[in-house]
Amino acid sequence: MTDAKQQTPFDVLQYLRQELMPHFLCPGCGHGIALRALLWAVHELGIEKDNLAIVSGIGCAGRTGAYIDANTFHTTHGRPLAFATGLKLARPDLEVIVITGDGDCLAIGGNHLIHAARRNLDITCLMLNNEVYGMTGGQVSPTTSEDRYTTTTPLGNTEAVFDACKLAEGAGATFVGREVTVQTPTLKNLILGGIAHDGFAFIEVISDCTEIYGRKNDLGSSAEMILSQKSAMRPETFENNIIDRPFRPNALPTGVLAHDKTRPEYGAAYRASIKAQQTKK
Amino acid sequence: MRRELMTGNAAAAWGARLARADYLPAFPITPQTEIIETVAQWIDAGEMNCRMVMMESEHSMITAAGAAAATGVRVFTATSSQGLLYGMEMLYTVAGWRAPFVMANVSRGLAAPITLEPDHNDILAARDSGFLQIHCATCQEVLDASLIAYRVAEDARVRLPVIVNLDGFYLSFTREPVDIPSQDEVDAFVPPFDAGPTRFRAGKPMSQAVAVLGGTPYSYFRYETHLAARAALEVYAEATDAFERQFGRRYGALDAYRCDDADIIFVMMGSFATKAKDAVNKLRAIGERVGLLRPILLRPFPDTAIRQLLAGKKAVAVIDQNISMGMGGVLHGEVSAALNGSKDAPPVLASFVGGLGGRDISAEEFFEIAAETRRAAENGETPPPRLLFTESELREIRKLQAIAHVEHGSDEAEGNRNGEGEERHA
Ligand SMILES: Cc1ncc(C[n+]2csc(CCOP(=O)(O)OP(=O)(O)O)c2C)c(N)n1
Ligand code: SF4
Ligand SMILES: [Mg+2]
Repeated sequence: MTDAKQQTPFDVLQYLRQELMPHFLCPGCGHGIALRALLWAVHELGIEKDNLAIVSGIGCAGRTGAYIDANTFHTTHGRPLAFATGLKLARPDLEVIVITGDGDCLAIGGNHLIHAARRNLDITCLMLNNEVYGMTGGQVSPTTSEDRYTTTTPLGNTEAVFDACKLAEGAGATFVGREVTVQTPTLKNLILGGIAHDGFAFIEVISDCTEIYGRKNDLGSSAEMILSQKSAMRPETFENNIIDRPFRPNALPTGVLAHDKTRPEYGAAYRASIKAQQTKK
Repeated sequence: MRRELMTGNAAAAWGARLARADYLPAFPITPQTEIIETVAQWIDAGEMNCRMVMMESEHSMITAAGAAAATGVRVFTATSSQGLLYGMEMLYTVAGWRAPFVMANVSRGLAAPITLEPDHNDILAARDSGFLQIHCATCQEVLDASLIAYRVAEDARVRLPVIVNLDGFYLSFTREPVDIPSQDEVDAFVPPFDAGPTRFRAGKPMSQAVAVLGGTPYSYFRYETHLAARAALEVYAEATDAFERQFGRRYGALDAYRCDDADIIFVMMGSFATKAKDAVNKLRAIGERVGLLRPILLRPFPDTAIRQLLAGKKAVAVIDQNISMGMGGVLHGEVSAALNGSKDAPPVLASFVGGLGGRDISAEEFFEIAAETRRAAENGETPPPRLLFTESELREIRKLQAIAHVEHGSDEAEGNRNGEGEERHA
């Protein structure tokens, strides 16, 4: 981390592969805001691009990783945490950040989440939760709220919803947080805290799929969707909003939800134990 | 019966609906998703009586499909590409359970690199799993094959799951007129699933697939599965005969087009074979006696029929829309094995690989394939395998590489790679 870096104002374009523009995200998609918040945090921490490894899965969330001008790895659906685990163990010097979606991280890749949390390897996992499989056209996901319409639940979803933060914390994640995108500076600070944390950090970004999920559920414009996200940081937004079916009916807590600095980071503990074994001989 | 314009995906969904599938575990993936979405709409509109569950991955989807089928329920499911591969462990397992059900696979090339467009590496990865495979070239075939597949899968002599394969985009999203048979007619053709002894009865418990076996019983069960798959050749023939009587459309294990008087035969699978068909007509117009052989059944492999059909031909060009790394075209290997040892096998069996990741195969390329095969027939020497790729495509790639700052060898080294190696770019 260099102080000089911190002093330069944040310019998101410096962190994007501009030759890939225009990007593929739909207008108003919350994933873009999350991407900005992530890059902002990276900037404030002064992480060199060469030392930054972005690992992403498949989905609209995962695709955003490809636009970052750093070391990026677009893996297969559900596997970014497994990939990141190998990467971080082999190259502990890299800052490894995973970008994943609710489907990628909780459905097909759910097993990797609980084991990454259990190990407490120093990886930051950013899960962009838009309550839907956006990339494949809007099917029900493990976080789709009750009664919401998707292409595979034309009469409304009847399945129970995952609380991803509770899941991660229960499995042993030592840094857990949730934030909405309307609070971009707050979101940036949360991500910053997660990256700076020495251990597995799980951050759920309440994102929104305006184009498919929003449209199908009559959730209004992207601005309306974003403003209707409930945040503990700005409860008045929620109370005053004019939409009678708020985007997030469930009052999920936001902010830092768990921060345990006592558990050893897996990589460091592993290397220390190897060293101890070797000196014994 | 009525006639409608529909996509290949909708045709697959119609197959499931008309066959009265009871249970459909699902997981979305492009370009298959329209199948499960169509069924979801029908179920919620009360037009189809089926239970559909969104699973958390293809692995659990295929597990659920196999488990339900093993208890005597008629099951349909669908996937594509990465999804098929993700479920691979269970493909072998449920086939070993002898659980008969039908799965549509919408072919799409495999990662890495990532593509959404079709080729056959996904479905060919399932070649040895015990699933039977029916490969379609039109939307009508997709619907019809789904019905035929249930007849074959559930036959007591077979009892194996069947994959109905359709190419992503070219079939999945292309609308063609399709005859939708009436429910009564289909009911007559696909009677309710008689699971025989494998029906689940609480009062008569039984165990399936619990034992860990040594080589002798293990070999026995593997051979049994193989023999059941081979028996499907006859069962398929019976089913397609019955299908023709009922619906008037004829399907063989092979589709032979203008082969009778042809001296050169193209061999190709799936919807890209319709491009070959068009090329055959154009080549015929300039006096080339070319025909097209399209395997519809890939498993079981109709080797005898292929041998008979190719007997006495001057040369064969197998055009593979897949590539087995370090070997070449998979279908070329299969056809070659079928012809091995046959007295009147064509002296030339050329291999071409093309159409990967949905890359077009142009009419010019079919002309070039025909010309090269003709030359080979004349000098009696099979040419080295050829990868279809044009100079202008290579130039495009070079531009992309320049953007990505890829360093590559000198042009001299490139020249060596393209020209002197065994395989060449067209
Ligand atoms: C093995 C496998 N199965 C299915 C797919 C199809 N697929 C691509 S993205 C996706 C869902 C993505 O949802 P999510 O992770 O929530 O990301 P979003 O697009 O909503 O940001 C699915 C099912 C795939 N690529 N690979
Ligand atoms: S489909 Fe939804 S999640 Fe994907 S880019 Fe569009 S708005 Fe965003
Ligand atoms: Mg999502």
